[in-house]
Amino acid sequence: MFKYMFAKNEDIPPGSAAIFFGFSSILWFIVGTGLGSFNAAKLAFPDFVTGIEMLSFGHMRQVHVLAVIMGWISMAFAMAMMYITPALGNTKLWSEKLGIWNCFIWNLGLCVGLILLWFGVTSGREYSDMIWPVDLVIVFGIFLPLGINVWMTIKTRRTQGIYTTNWFFGAATFMVIIVFTVGNSPEFFQLTGLTEAYLTWWFAHNVLGLWITPVAAAISYYIVPKVTGNPLYSHRIGHLHFWSVVVFYSTPAAHHLMSAPLPEWLKSFASVEGVLILVPAIAFVSNLLLTMSGKWKMFVENVEIKFTITGVLLAIPLNMQGGFQQTRAINWYIHGTGWIVAHAHLALLGFSTFLEAAAVYYGLQTLLRRKLYSLALANFHFWMLLIGFSTYWISMTIAGLIQGAGKIYEVPYIDVVIAEHPYMIARWVGGTMVFLGNCVWLFNMWKTMRQGTLIPAGRLPHELAYER
Amino acid sequence: MAFREYTIGSRMFGLAFGTSMFITLYMPAMDIRNVSVTDVGLHRQLSFGRISGFSYEDPFLQGKAKPTTVFISKDPANGSAIEATTAYVYPAGTPFPNGIRHPVILGEKPQQLSVTTGKIEMADDTKGAVFVVRTSDQGGDTISYIENATATRGWNPEATINAASEDNTLYVGKGKVMFVREGCWWCHTLLPEQTQDWQYFGAPPMLGDFNGESPTAFGSDRKAPDLTHVGSRNSSREWMMMHFFNPRLVQPYSIMPRYDYLWGEKDVDGKTIDYDGWRSEYNKYVANERIYPPEVPVPARDSEARALIDFVVNLK
Repeated sequence: MFKYMFAKNEDIPPGSAAIFFGFSSILWFIVGTGLGSFNAAKLAFPDFVTGIEMLSFGHMRQVHVLAVIMGWISMAFAMAMMYITPALGNTKLWSEKLGIWNCFIWNLGLCVGLILLWFGVTSGREYSDMIWPVDLVIVFGIFLPLGINVWMTIKTRRTQGIYTTNWFFGAATFMVIIVFTVGNSPEFFQLTGLTEAYLTWWFAHNVLGLWITPVAAAISYYIVPKVTGNPLYSHRIGHLHFWSVVVFYSTPAAHHLMSAPLPEWLKSFASVEGVLILVPAIAFVSNLLLTMSGKWKMFVENVEIKFTITGVLLAIPLNMQGGFQQTRAINWYIHGTGWIVAHAHLALLGFSTFLEAAAVYYGLQTLLRRKLYSLALANFHFWMLLIGFSTYWISMTIAGLIQGAGKIYEVPYIDVVIAEHPYMIARWVGGTMVFLGNCVWLFNMWKTMRQGTLIPAGRLPHELAYER
Repeated sequence: MAFREYTIGSRMFGLAFGTSMFITLYMPAMDIRNVSVTDVGLHRQLSFGRISGFSYEDPFLQGKAKPTTVFISKDPANGSAIEATTAYVYPAGTPFPNGIRHPVILGEKPQQLSVTTGKIEMADDTKGAVFVVRTSDQGGDTISYIENATATRGWNPEATINAASEDNTLYVGKGKVMFVREGCWWCHTLLPEQTQDWQYFGAPPMLGDFNGESPTAFGSDRKAPDLTHVGSRNSSREWMMMHFFNPRLVQPYSIMPRYDYLWGEKDVDGKTIDYDGWRSEYNKYVANERIYPPEVPVPARDSEARALIDFVVNLK
């Protein structure tokens, strides 16, 4: 990597930045899920590692969340953007060198930010926990260079039109810069009170709605047609998806604070807009599933499609929960319970992780020109992720319903803690499975880079048979 | 951008995204801006200080340059008896809370009273100041406002600290920093819900209860009881002390982490705390080899544990 940072742009092999981002993202996924597993163990067994400030739950929880969001998910997005955007424009990445520097600053900045958080240097605002100097690095050192690379690659494309995936990439990189800048403005300008509380959740909602969800969806718009060979079912439904994300997904931030003393008009507005999130959700899921027509056996046989379609299918419960759990009729019961934790993991570990994993699997094979080392290990990774995630999701959903019942029937709180104990153990087991699966994944991708079968020019990775 | 459609599309994108930002940022901001601070909101911001997260004066969240809350019943200036008063002491160099730096955020009437009657604009943070909350009857409405007691009564910070006994001195400002740094709010919310928490956790907050506070640290994931009114439910400092040192001492099924490391090296009597010894004795207690658990050391006056206990029992 350091070799390329000071090389001429023309001397850097195309795809280098994407490869660095790909492996970085897998490493961060291992770090993030390892921390998650450690934290879950503490919730199940409170004296597991005790009396050490740096290893206490309150110091580790936010490190897990941001390692996964900024390390795994966002770096996998950067990886996807750096090989899919040029591929769809029939061109090269605008600047490999910028991409390499972007990856370097991203890893460095994230390490600094997470270590500070680990020491307790925090802004005290959930999801925007990073202190404002680190936020500035994220905006100007991480997302702005990424955006410039994506926008300039789209601008210098050699195709006439712009494909759906690239609309999403171009718009989402722009929106995430706005979201980070505005969402952290309470720290830049010392806004206080309810304005600060509202902007905290405005940020948390929009970083999911305008960055993670659309980019993850955009990846599947590329992978499914590319691997199955079917054209996208409908570009018009793609239009509907794109515009409804911009219009509906950017507005319901206040539904995270339904029980806080915010203006009532704002909560009602957010709640109605929150149900309308079902419009982009249904457009997305139906479009992708209809694109699969006639190729459903690839869902079983092809590992990239298996990951992608699992992610798309998990978008169904995700949006059914997400659309309705924020209405006043349901929110009063499940707000602040484990149900929400389960829902957040359905979004990040279910829906989006499976799509990003597909992008990393497919991208690394394409860029390294190497066939995946082992299908068996990839399938093992898939099932560890899926079973681990499902265990987590189901156990936390049940725990959340217990907590909800506990709060409305005014059960002494400790009885709820006792009732939740088995589900806390199940959550730890599920999270640990995901972590172990990811270690296997890193091994598999490393072996692919070193020993995978070379892919001949003009062929695609999924056209070759596995040798193991 | 070869297609005319893309030019139109970019403009439509700008319009759609801009409209959504207008509705979700500008309109709520204007609405919240017009809210007048309540009595609760004044007490909160005066006891917490300017900012409880990362700041220039306290970059590593050690609770530096934070105000102290004191309960006094004699006048610090002349020693005469006064009715019991809560005073917020800002020693020289402690940044003032946002309501004093920018009185506009207090809302129209509290701002007017704080500036004219309370003389808050005469306060100077390089010299320090003492603030109290007063109420005034304004045409039938009771309005709370901030009074700069240093200007109006000549209370200087040192004399005010000395006027209160040790039991009546609470390091609430430092305690909230501990609450934020130690991540208490990952499990304990500070937001009773508007629908069903009245019976168990007390009344939900009002619109003006947070003006000037930063961060609000509402929390979102309630793995443990809400703490907004915990001081009204349980004000025993001894219970809090045992609970922070090892929650299993008072609640065998608690999943809260131990916060014994906040005690530091010495206890209140200046004796070195023997953590290893304490833990091995505690393990004997757990194994039924002793009848009573070992004594929990009382935290030193300047320890982080003391500040955190002060913050929690002061959440009324």
